Amino acid sequence: MNVEQISIFLENKPGRLEEVTRIFEGGGINIRALSLADTTEFGILRLIVNDNEKAKRLLKEKCYTVGINEVVAVEVEDRPGGLYRILIALSKENINVEYMYAFVRQSGQNAVLIFRFDNIQAATAVLKREGVRVIDGTELYAM
Amino acid sequence: MIFNEEFETMPREALEAIQLRRLQATVARVYNTVPFYRRRFDEARVTPGDIRTLADLHKLPFTYKTDLRDNYPYGMFAVPMDNVTRIHASSGTTGKPTVVGYTTRDIQTWSELMARSLVAAGTRKDDIVHNAYGYGLFTGGLGVHYGAEKLGASVIPISGGNTKRQVMIMKDFGPTVLTCTPSYALHVAEVAEEMGVSFPDLKFKAGIFGAEPWSERMRQEIERKLNLKAMDIYGLSEVMGPGVAVECIEAQNGLHIFEDHFIPEIIHPKTGEALPYGMTGELVFTTITKEAFPVIRYRTRDLSVLHPEPCRCGRTIVRMGRIQGRSDDMLIIRGVNVFPSQIESVIMETRKFEPHYQLVVERVANLDQLTVWVEVNESMFSDAIKNLQSVERELEKNIRETLGVTTVVKLVEPKSIQRSEGKAVRVIDKRNI
Repeated sequence: MNVEQISIFLENKPGRLEEVTRIFEGGGINIRALSLADTTEFGILRLIVNDNEKAKRLLKEKCYTVGINEVVAVEVEDRPGGLYRILIALSKENINVEYMYAFVRQSGQNAVLIFRFDNIQAATAVLKREGVRVIDGTELYAM
Repeated sequence: MIFNEEFETMPREALEAIQLRRLQATVARVYNTVPFYRRRFDEARVTPGDIRTLADLHKLPFTYKTDLRDNYPYGMFAVPMDNVTRIHASSGTTGKPTVVGYTTRDIQTWSELMARSLVAAGTRKDDIVHNAYGYGLFTGGLGVHYGAEKLGASVIPISGGNTKRQVMIMKDFGPTVLTCTPSYALHVAEVAEEMGVSFPDLKFKAGIFGAEPWSERMRQEIERKLNLKAMDIYGLSEVMGPGVAVECIEAQNGLHIFEDHFIPEIIHPKTGEALPYGMTGELVFTTITKEAFPVIRYRTRDLSVLHPEPCRCGRTIVRMGRIQGRSDDMLIIRGVNVFPSQIESVIMETRKFEPHYQLVVERVANLDQLTVWVEVNESMFSDAIKNLQSVERELEKNIRETLGVTTVVKLVEPKSIQRSEGKAVRVIDKRNI
């Protein structure tokens, strides 16, 4: 199972991010990873949470515009060259990374990279062929 | 100076006799040639024979902009197409423009009235007119152009845009009369200053500004910055185009309406009741000489007031005050008519979704800027910035292509645009004009 990511439209002004985290706090939603893309006018908050359906429902109740889309999560050793090795494989196959973000696992041994691709199947196939460990959704949400 | 002494300074009685004769002929003609008018007159139980005095004009039904739209494109023409020699258009309340036609004689009339307007504003045969009104379907450019030619002045048909080049031409060609929208005049002043060109060094003596509302405060600013006398001109394509009324350079106090061609009325915008001289209300025009596109009691939606006292320039024709506002929600953005409903339909056609939106009009560097705030919804949302930005650009492009007006589209969060009870507040006009 692939990893689902929630994205939220936010205006670029004080208090908007705070309100989202307050909604999650009240609903017992735990954030696994996040990234915030910003322009001068608006931002897009992208999140991996432990319960997508609930998070989406809570946000929509508060009238947020929410999108759900698939991303690819991979695990690499947390040492120099870990990301580089993956990107070489992808660029060789002419696969474009729309955006990505990363976090280090609690053990401190490994890092988790989250990629947004246009063509997820092609990208996943390349990663698997290179022996990269692709993490599925259930595992990631429970991390 | 007066271009047509006979008609511009005619005693009221003689003028009214001519008006009545022309009105009767126009009413009879539209009744016999335009099915729309016949139907409307029949519904109102009025026939051309009922128009015995000028006051009988009030018996006739009003004509609205929506009537013109419903008869798009040529349903309101009163002559066969082989007699039509020119077509212009202005934007309408929905995506369709309002189409107007002219016979050769209509063009001659229009040229005469624009020549009268130019002369009233101080233009002579030996003047050079820098005409920065847009040429094309918009009546501004060609209207002024034909008037200047009729007068025998030299006209520079520069049209709008490319301001730096305009300033260079002003410097090199030495024009003496400027014609453009008032906001563009101030924009030119700013660009000239950036370029190190000083208006007192140029040869301008007068400017004729119109196609959008402006104020006495703006007049003072234009006169100071451009070192010329600024006159207001009024017209709308449905009635003819520019040259329906103009200020004289002698008094600069109200716009003289060329009453030998148009009968103005001021009415209460809600009840339709005719209001006396001196009361503010909606301006209504009946054309009494137009052949191809006559209009009977056309509701302009512009709010103004009529003053009958003769002017010190010698003209006896009635004067209208500056346009004080609109009785509908139409916006005039850099001379282009825009209705919020038009923007709404573009948003809906672009994204097939009921939009919540708000229009904010500001004056940035003396030019109107229209910002369209649109609440983002799931049909347009994406997790990638570039996709959202392309939604904004796509809307801007569709609005520009449909309405001819440049806007800035900004996506905002759902429910962030204030809902008022009942009708949404669609427009916030921050222009301090």
